[in-house]
Amino acid sequence: MKIVICAGPPTSGKTTVLKQAARRLLAAGHRLAYLKIDVQFADEDEVFHDTFGIPARKIYSGDLCPDHCSVLVLGDAVKWAGAEGADLLFVETAGLCLRCAPYIEGALGIVVLEATSGMNLPHKIGAMLSLADLAVVTKIDLVSQAEKEVFRANILDAAPIDVIEADALHGIGIDRVVARMQRTAPVEGRLMLRGSPPVATCTICAGKRDIGWEHHFGVLRTLDNDLFYRGQ
Amino acid sequence: MDIERITVIGGRGRSGDREPLEGLDLEMGAVISIVGPTGSGKTALINDIGLFANRNTPSLRQILINGSTPPEDCLDDPSRNPIALITQHTTFLSDLPVHRFLSLHARIRKHPRPADVVEETIDFANQLTGEPVVVDVAMTELSGGQTRALLIADAVVIGNAPIILLDEIENAGIDRTRALELLRRYRKIFVFVTHDPRIALLSDSRLIMHTGAMQAQLLTSPEERGMAERIRAVDDLLLELRERIRAGDRVAFEALGEAIARARSALSKEEGS
Ligand SMILES: Nc1nc2c(ncn2[C@@H]2O[C@H](COP(=O)(O)OP(=O)(O)OP(=O)(O)O)[C@@H](O)[C@H]2O)c(=O)[nH]1
Ligand SMILES: Nc1ncnc2c1ncn2[C@@H]1O[C@H](COP(=O)(O)OP(=O)(O)OP(=O)(O)O)[C@@H](O)[C@H]1O
Ligand SMILES: [Mg+2]
Ligand SMILES: [Mg+2]
Repeated sequence: MKIVICAGPPTSGKTTVLKQAARRLLAAGHRLAYLKIDVQFADEDEVFHDTFGIPARKIYSGDLCPDHCSVLVLGDAVKWAGAEGADLLFVETAGLCLRCAPYIEGALGIVVLEATSGMNLPHKIGAMLSLADLAVVTKIDLVSQAEKEVFRANILDAAPIDVIEADALHGIGIDRVVARMQRTAPVEGRLMLRGSPPVATCTICAGKRDIGWEHHFGVLRTLDNDLFYRGQ
Repeated sequence: MDIERITVIGGRGRSGDREPLEGLDLEMGAVISIVGPTGSGKTALINDIGLFANRNTPSLRQILINGSTPPEDCLDDPSRNPIALITQHTTFLSDLPVHRFLSLHARIRKHPRPADVVEETIDFANQLTGEPVVVDVAMTELSGGQTRALLIADAVVIGNAPIILLDEIENAGIDRTRALELLRRYRKIFVFVTHDPRIALLSDSRLIMHTGAMQAQLLTSPEERGMAERIRAVDDLLLELRERIRAGDRVAFEALGEAIARARSALSKEEGS
């Protein structure tokens, strides 16, 4: 299964980019599944199911940090997507904590940033940008040529990753994002988190990077929303 | 990349029928207006050009540069993209002071003499606006017209894009005649989406749009060029009226006597004189 993890601040355009990409990937014969992780509200699962007829679901992290939640449930989610017959899983994160990075080794990590968010944003966010493979800069239709260039220079200054500018509303720049998704190899074997979150209070923070609740201790949850405690 | 020519290979209009005009070639230095009623697909066409459409937009048009599909790398990086597209929604969001912001852009572009291009950009913008741009105010404090003027100046001078697409510059309240004169000093391909007859007649040709499809390209005839000159006096009359109203004056027909007389004589001139 190919996995695309899409992170980025709220309303940066994650859903809009993924919808544009989904249309093209489905036309190219891919079988998609979609998972949205959010804290207390999301309707993207319905949008993806109704628009594209693909298996789609969401999970609310509630009191749990959404990026921790994603580490716990992604193991289940990959099994679910496989059982649904998908060959490519989109995961859209909540993107609330800019320090954490929900990317997985071997998956394509995309950070979606909006060009309208101020030119210094790339210097303010840490691992969410530096551990991604690709930054997609949305809303370029709203900013000047100069700002597009300054924004890109600031991203490259903060982290040497690939950058694609897009007007996601009109599908401009999306073909290149899709090509990158298609070039991504399927994730095989053990699923591992790419980096460790900055504060250590649980097994995930303390550097245990395995994906799936089975590998962790403390307050845990499954994709089916069972919330339970497992001591060491 | 040296741009010699950009080609639009026609696709289909909104109804799904083939476009009457099969294609459009714009040579380096061409100045063209895109005209047509509201909703006729003018903006859609320049969006197609701006994204190097490759039969992947609703119009199924294809864009070629120098006769072939554009190389990947010109899309990879906005500073290497030969096209600057200024839409009706494009604006500056940076709150840096004008001078610092433009210097930053010039530095990223690695201009050998950044101070000179910044100066040239501000000069250019000031020739288009009523009130000169104050260089130490924040970009976001500029007026709508000043913003528009500076967007154009920055794309032309610092950005130095060889192809410039502009959607409805007339709405910015900037001096259109002056803008065209100034822009023509730079050798570039200019594409204006416009509802303004003067901009259309001052262009080398105009493309007629209807129901989402390219209908025909009309070269501006010598007679039309002459007309642009002659209606200039009418335009100047309206501009003078605008200036007086802007300045807070009361206006009266008599007070505009001279401008009216000029307009009348320009319009009644014999053909060919
Ligand atoms: N003009 C413009 N608007 C965009 C673009 N991309 C997204 N938007 C708009 O931005 C708003 C937010 O986009 P979403 O895709 O919902 O953002 P998101 O990152 O999924 O948001 P959350 O999941 O709620 O965090 C919507 O109104 C989109 O239509 C773009 O490239 N240009
Ligand atoms: N060839 C086409 N195929 C399909 N849809 C099209 C085509 N051309 C235009 N459209 C659609 O028609 C609508 C109106 O077009 P557009 O906004 O380009 O009009 P316009 O001429 O710029 O109008 P205005 O003068 O009001 O700005 C848009 O939604 C656009 O996407
Ligand atoms: Mg979303
Ligand atoms: Mg328009």
